[in-house]
Amino acid sequence: MWVLTGITFAVLLFILAFILVHGLPHVTWTFLTQSPASMGREGGIFPMILGTFLVAGLAVVIAAPVGVATAVYLAEYTREGRLTSVIRFGSDCLSGVPSIIFGLFGFVFFAITLRMGLSVLSGSLTLALMVLPTIIRTSEEAIRAIPNSYREVSLGLGATRWQTVFYVVLRSALPGISTGIVLSLGRSISETAAVMLTAGSALRLPHSLFDSSRTLALHFYLLSREGISMPNAYATASVLIIVILALNLLAYALTRRFAVKAGQ
Amino acid sequence: MKWDKWIRAVLLVVALSALSGLALITIFIFREGVPIILRVGAKGFFLSTDWEPSLGRFGILSMMVGSLLVTVGAAAIGVVFSLGLAIVLTQFSPPGLSAALKPMIELLAGIPSVVYGFVGVVTLVPLIRHWLGGPGLSVLAASIVLGVMILPTITSIAIDALQAVPRSYLEGSIALGATRWQTVTMVLLRAARSGLVAAVILGMGRAIGETMAVIMVAGNALDVPHSLLAPVRTLTSNIALEMGYASGDHRQALFATGVTLFVVITILNAAALTVSRQRAGRKRAK
Amino acid sequence: MQASIATISAQGFTASFDGLPAVKGLNLEILPHERLAIIGPARSGKTTFLRSLNRLNDLSPGFTHSGKILRDGKDIYDADVDVTLLRRKVGMVYATPVPLPWSIYDNLAYGLRLAGVHDRTKLNERMEASLGYAFLWNEVKDRLHEPANVLSGGQQQRLCLARVLMLEPDVLILDEPCSGLDPISTAKIEDALVALKQKYSIVLVTNNTKQAARASDRTAFFLLGDLIEVGPTAQLFTRPAQKRTSDYLTGQFG
Repeated sequence: MWVLTGITFAVLLFILAFILVHGLPHVTWTFLTQSPASMGREGGIFPMILGTFLVAGLAVVIAAPVGVATAVYLAEYTREGRLTSVIRFGSDCLSGVPSIIFGLFGFVFFAITLRMGLSVLSGSLTLALMVLPTIIRTSEEAIRAIPNSYREVSLGLGATRWQTVFYVVLRSALPGISTGIVLSLGRSISETAAVMLTAGSALRLPHSLFDSSRTLALHFYLLSREGISMPNAYATASVLIIVILALNLLAYALTRRFAVKAGQ
Repeated sequence: MKWDKWIRAVLLVVALSALSGLALITIFIFREGVPIILRVGAKGFFLSTDWEPSLGRFGILSMMVGSLLVTVGAAAIGVVFSLGLAIVLTQFSPPGLSAALKPMIELLAGIPSVVYGFVGVVTLVPLIRHWLGGPGLSVLAASIVLGVMILPTITSIAIDALQAVPRSYLEGSIALGATRWQTVTMVLLRAARSGLVAAVILGMGRAIGETMAVIMVAGNALDVPHSLLAPVRTLTSNIALEMGYASGDHRQALFATGVTLFVVITILNAAALTVSRQRAGRKRAK
Repeated sequence: MQASIATISAQGFTASFDGLPAVKGLNLEILPHERLAIIGPARSGKTTFLRSLNRLNDLSPGFTHSGKILRDGKDIYDADVDVTLLRRKVGMVYATPVPLPWSIYDNLAYGLRLAGVHDRTKLNERMEASLGYAFLWNEVKDRLHEPANVLSGGQQQRLCLARVLMLEPDVLILDEPCSGLDPISTAKIEDALVALKQKYSIVLVTNNTKQAARASDRTAFFLLGDLIEVGPTAQLFTRPAQKRTSDYLTGQFG
């Protein structure tokens, strides 16, 4: 049994080490701040960093408030019943739907029907829809985990429903909610299939939300698959992994810090 | 307190928009995909291995088989490692260690699929080609890579399932003189059975939806694979590979593939839910 | 500045959940400045009655009622009653202490902040007074900004008492507040209630008949949703008018 555990973590460490060892040496300041040249064989990845930031960031900026508000409404203002079970099931299913299908949808709906073309906007709207079920689900769980006694105490002291939700419930559910949001951000950053179909793969720096843009993950995929430049591929992957690592650390630290603050 | 009513209304509007947006996606995909299934016929779509878009033939059977093989393979590998890991973390490791190991499992979940695929192509595929023959890009490669990718999913749900077993069961078993190991196999696993099954089912759901990593290591050949070492194309890879240049009927067929995936995953989710409800039902009956 | 105490009386009050009555045709008055104990076995409607006094029962799905509960002659279930104001006037303490996961200070200040009072001096004044009444001031005055849940069970319960006192209600309702507390903490709370009755009316639900005998002026005996009898404590305990009351008190059932 311990052997299995050992193998598992060995694999994790191997993957990380493999990428970082091959890639970190090539991650220089110029690499991070320059634009690519000759299809990515030379130059840097700055437009991809910006592109990733825009597409993933915007996706979460859109999805987070909408998702949390929906979760609040479902958890606090509706009675547990058939409707909420159906909604929960639907949202579970959608969070399991392959990203490629969201990509399909985004391509035909945002890029073509709404005429947004392959763009940052199409990409982020698609990703927002993709992470929305997850945010709703994790937020709802975090909210429902707050003991009812807290709500009763608050109401008993003369608070309205909303005051109770805002001052007591959300405040206590914040760790769970933020973890869900940070994880969704991580997922958006890693996403390749859906952005390939919606944000396109332009190498230029995006100047507006309607410009196509390439994300780090997609760039890495194209570099390695087309065999354009192995060193750059490794370097891009390293940047990607470091960002994800940092996000995971952030999520972890958030959970710990909130737990400590609440005196638990 | 009119504030309250306004806020409630705003929340309702937002919630409805979010939910209808999500429903929209479902409807849209079905609307785009179902007509072509009807036109080609269920037999021609689901039971034919003839995928030749330029000739108007859209049989996805070989890709369905591909997805199935790869998913089952991934589940087989995933089950062994995940369950072992979950048991170790909940039963046999000191709290400090398991607290440290859990974030590492989350980390595995966060690594982008393209990185998994890449490492798979560069390290695993040559290994398979060298030691086992075949092109290396194979069902086996895809199963292994996917198995590693779904490990965090299965493990975290399995951990929840194992931790949900009441301590009294375990203590009762030990009080009767069973060893730790006997308690685990005969009491713990049986009690957590439905949760563990649900974990595996959900892991399979994730595996079947994975696209990028599979494209990189599975070979993407259109034939039904005849061995574990043969290359294979899955439903998801097919969509990703051809969507960029598909149009008209071809594009609709890809949507139809999406519909198929959607239905399969919904069934898997429903199965997982029913299985875990059974456990809850049995518990409440106490 | 002390607001005048309202008289509260239930008139023919019936409370039901999903059609099943928990309290039937209740006629009971709560006199100003009294300590009224409510005793009775489980499922007698004691808690239901308490939670009707501040309309917390409104939150339970399937709750319906008939009859009235009057505060100074006005039915609290009237459509134009502001429930949040009502709840500030009725201070409820629960069986299990429920400190909110904040500091002691924030716990105490919450009610007043909800009512729009943010002035630190005012808050601090009230806090000292309320904690004093709850016999908790000396124990926490130097650690108001520590998290509330590091306090012991007895201290937490006194904190919950102080928390409702911050709003200067006119009725205090306590639902088995000492269950699970050690005798010393229990005594402290009972002592606090003696002092508090100068300012408030107090309704105390308890499963512990000895506590009722010690700590109340009048006692009401509930059985399966009906009020069997109510009267001055000493009299109810020594010469109960109803056989069921004496049966309960002597432990024939319960």
